Amino acid sequence: MSGLPPSPLLALRGIGKSFLGVRVLDGVDLQVRPGDVHAVVGENGAGKSTLMKVVSGVYQPDEGTVEFAGAPRTFRSPREAQQAGIGIVYQELTLLPERTVAENVWLGHEPLRRGLVDRRAMLSHTAGLLASIGEGSLPPDTRVGRLGVAQQQVVEIVKALALDARLLIMDEPTAALADHEVDQLYALLRRLQEHGIGVLYVSHRLKEVFDLSGRITVLKDGRAVATLDTADTSADQLVRHMVGRELSNYYPDPAKPQELGPVRLTVRDGGNRKLRGIDLRLRAGEVLGVGGLQGSGRSALARALFGAAPFSTGQVTVDGAPVRLRSPRAAIRAGIAYVSEDRKGEGIVAEQSVLDNALLAGRAVRPGRVGRGARTARVRELLAAVELRAAGEDQEIRFLSGGNQQKVVLARWLALAPRILLFDEPTRGIDVGAKSAIHDLVRRLARDGAAVLMVSSELPELLGMSDRIIVMRDGRIAGELPAGATEEDVVALAVGTVGEAAG
Amino acid sequence: MSGALSLSARRTPPGVFVALVLTLAIGWLIVTVDGGRLFSLPTTVSLLHVAAGLGLVAVGQTLVIVGGSLDLSVAYVVSLSTLVAAETMAGDDGALLPAIGLTLAVSATIGFVNGLLVTHARINPFIATVGVGLLLKGYLDNGYDGPAGKTAPALVQGLGYQRIGPVPMSFLLLLAVAAAAWFVLARTRFGHHLIAVGGDPEVARLSGVRGSRVLVTAHVLCALCAGLAGVYLASRLGAGAPRVGTEGLYDLESIAAVVLGGTALAGGRGGVVGTVGGVLLLASIDAIFNQLEVDVFFKQVIRGVIIIAAVAVYARRAMRKAS
Repeated sequence: MSGLPPSPLLALRGIGKSFLGVRVLDGVDLQVRPGDVHAVVGENGAGKSTLMKVVSGVYQPDEGTVEFAGAPRTFRSPREAQQAGIGIVYQELTLLPERTVAENVWLGHEPLRRGLVDRRAMLSHTAGLLASIGEGSLPPDTRVGRLGVAQQQVVEIVKALALDARLLIMDEPTAALADHEVDQLYALLRRLQEHGIGVLYVSHRLKEVFDLSGRITVLKDGRAVATLDTADTSADQLVRHMVGRELSNYYPDPAKPQELGPVRLTVRDGGNRKLRGIDLRLRAGEVLGVGGLQGSGRSALARALFGAAPFSTGQVTVDGAPVRLRSPRAAIRAGIAYVSEDRKGEGIVAEQSVLDNALLAGRAVRPGRVGRGARTARVRELLAAVELRAAGEDQEIRFLSGGNQQKVVLARWLALAPRILLFDEPTRGIDVGAKSAIHDLVRRLARDGAAVLMVSSELPELLGMSDRIIVMRDGRIAGELPAGATEEDVVALAVGTVGEAAG
Repeated sequence: MSGALSLSARRTPPGVFVALVLTLAIGWLIVTVDGGRLFSLPTTVSLLHVAAGLGLVAVGQTLVIVGGSLDLSVAYVVSLSTLVAAETMAGDDGALLPAIGLTLAVSATIGFVNGLLVTHARINPFIATVGVGLLLKGYLDNGYDGPAGKTAPALVQGLGYQRIGPVPMSFLLLLAVAAAAWFVLARTRFGHHLIAVGGDPEVARLSGVRGSRVLVTAHVLCALCAGLAGVYLASRLGAGAPRVGTEGLYDLESIAAVVLGGTALAGGRGGVVGTVGGVLLLASIDAIFNQLEVDVFFKQVIRGVIIIAAVAVYARRAMRKAS
């Protein structure tokens, strides 16, 4: 590796991409040389996945050029990119569990002999590829469903290699791996490097980025703000590049000390498949922000508290009394409300009216004729109170804007007078004006004595709204921050450069 | 059973064969105690005939189900095929081959339409094939009150009644068709792609498989099998019969046989070997009940119970695997 640096395998120049007028990528330059592991890091929403999708042919860039192996290319589909030699290892595995390793590896381009699938060649080629990356102990005729996640990932990589991939895109490859499996992946990546294969490695986890990569590109708000040599960079420097934005939006005032009431909700040692050792206290009158990366357990925490994916261990109390939140129904009866991050899937019934949507939870939990008129009247008041803009209460909710849909969902819960409110990304997909209306509502609810837990991946919102912030990592609470914390504090906890003790 | 799974789980034929042997053993015992004979020549021959008719349809059904689809029009295709075959032959041996050719062409066309509706019009296979089935039913009900046409004597002789020892030609035809289908699934690109499409259409697409083409082909093959079953039934009946398919419950029974054979209804797992086992199991139960002269309606109840129990066993096993 002495002398002139080898010419780049992949060169992106000035890549720009917009969706519905929003610039997601803006003038991104990036180069990967053969044998390089090039990491791409950035906050949620910085444009990492969009960039990967441009390289892999899922999206076409609006501006700029993609050069691969020395020639400018336009990939109109993932298939074209694969044929050119760009392999993708998706975050979610794309294998058929009922088929063997070899059948999966060669799916779509099975070797033929006299018109028939040449099973022997399939098996021996697969064995050869597995051996070449040091995984020769994996028998190619095993059913993939019998393999662990790490081994399945090996199969996924071999599948890319079978198409003569010279560049591998790996999107959060360790998200589903246990620690010892991560080591296997490290070893595998080094062997790929020896074969001169370039790797574009997307990860949230800074430890991996520093262990594996030679160069790092930091994306922020769709721009490549820095490309660094890993050897000359510290974790702190990297975090500083990732964050650092003005807190320009307006947020309502945080709670004053005298506004904080008694403890409403406690969790002791709560855990389930996605969460471990959750200890938590939530007081009346406060907004507790929950930060962390995608998949860190933020949403799992809200869903556990709402009984949608309940805790399997630990104790929960509401207002001092132990409760068992085994189902959403139990949680609602305990005075808990939940506004899901997936509004279309879990928040609204798209083809029912505004009024029906607002009455949904009340009807379900307290059915019967008694008080029906009063309930409807109350919901109407609430719809007015949240300043809903709709053609009428009979309008189908799908015709409303995201912000107005969210207001209907809020009214639904407020009708039950909940004492604890769980918000998961309450302003996702909502325009700026409606956003601050939702923020004001959330704060007003807290001021009226509700205890609020708010998950947000938008750092300004998290910092602006919360009286206290907990940051999740790998299903645990990595640390807690007081009001006035900075973006760097949150990111550092979320990616694990500090607070390792929690892990 | 489950011990054998560790070696080559994929190729171990499912438990249906164990069930088949057990059923035959217990059935033989009961029939003998009852004073009858289960394995007499006439019972065996009739059992294999029942299996041949149902089996031809079920092998075709296996292909579409493995691909994640379904064909509920097969019963009507069977009926129509008996009529096309018998009417074209009109009792003339000389018209035998053209008639069979025409029958298969008509069936293939229906399968092609089914396939297009499922893939290109993106209609749920259940609805699409029921719709096509009802369309055929309308045609049959409108045009025919009873048997029509006359099957060529050579076909009646050769396929309908000739046998080698206790094994009818028709059962050998079933074995040949099943072997061909097995070969297609195991050794052709089409077969591999079909299983992949049934397992996960998106994975197949990302691997460059053209899912629509594969599924349309599977539907054509399924209808061809139903057409072949029609030709066979015409050879047994000596004429075309407009209700033979529905009265024989070829739609639901073929699906039952496929599921008993261990093929996942959602697609992506299974094969024709199991289906043949399922067909033999259903035919054996039929033969045993006939020997015992069990009430026809009670017989249906028992069959229903067996199918539900079998699927419950598979579901439990699948759950255990998943956990």
